[in-house]
Amino acid sequence: MSETKKFLFVNRKAPYGTIYAWESLEVVLISAAFEQDARMAFIDDGVYQIAKGQDTSELGIKNFSPTYNALGDYDINKIYVEKESLEARGLTVDDLLPLTYEDEDDDWAEKDSIKVVSSAELAELMDQSDVILSF
Amino acid sequence: MAILHTVNKSPFERDALKACVRMASKGSSVLMIEDGVYGATKGTTASNMVTDAMKDVNFYVLSADLKARGVDESRLIEGIKVVNYSDFVNLTVENDKVQSWL
Repeated sequence: MSETKKFLFVNRKAPYGTIYAWESLEVVLISAAFEQDARMAFIDDGVYQIAKGQDTSELGIKNFSPTYNALGDYDINKIYVEKESLEARGLTVDDLLPLTYEDEDDDWAEKDSIKVVSSAELAELMDQSDVILSF
Repeated sequence: MAILHTVNKSPFERDALKACVRMASKGSSVLMIEDGVYGATKGTTASNMVTDAMKDVNFYVLSADLKARGVDESRLIEGIKVVNYSDFVNLTVENDKVQSWL
């Protein structure tokens, strides 16, 4: 394994109606284990994946939202959320999980992983990625 | 003939809710379940459609699906009733038939 590539994982589905969100999270964690430069983008209904306060106890299925908190420990700290998608759903960044990471280049200061970006900025991010995986 | 309509898709991804609202006649009921519960939240691009339909149609949303998705009841459009699974059964019995918008 010599080459590090920039991976962009594009998430567009709500968390429990389909298996896409969970599958994406698994692949992201695997790619981190292979020391690739993984970034995540949440657009359209994908923004619901990282909504705060999920509690699936009455559905009898696994609530995997706490797993997103572990992303920072796997050096996945570039998490982009599309502004337009939040607005269309009446959401703000305060409705999302407070995902953070510790910056080793800044005395392990805790920093926010989530960046709210415009569609135009996301388009640029896609241009800059070597591989785009869509879920 | 009263109909219970169920909608299980997000209004931002599919047009099931839109079709349902178009076909739901006066006095019928719409129950939002699974990803359909996102349609019950206010301040979205779909909320006006629901608010308009509420003049003629009763709207319900399933509590367990709201909780799973972290949708707090304070975020719901005013007038939509939150129901549990046994209420879902009662709605099914009280209406003459069920139409599932998939």
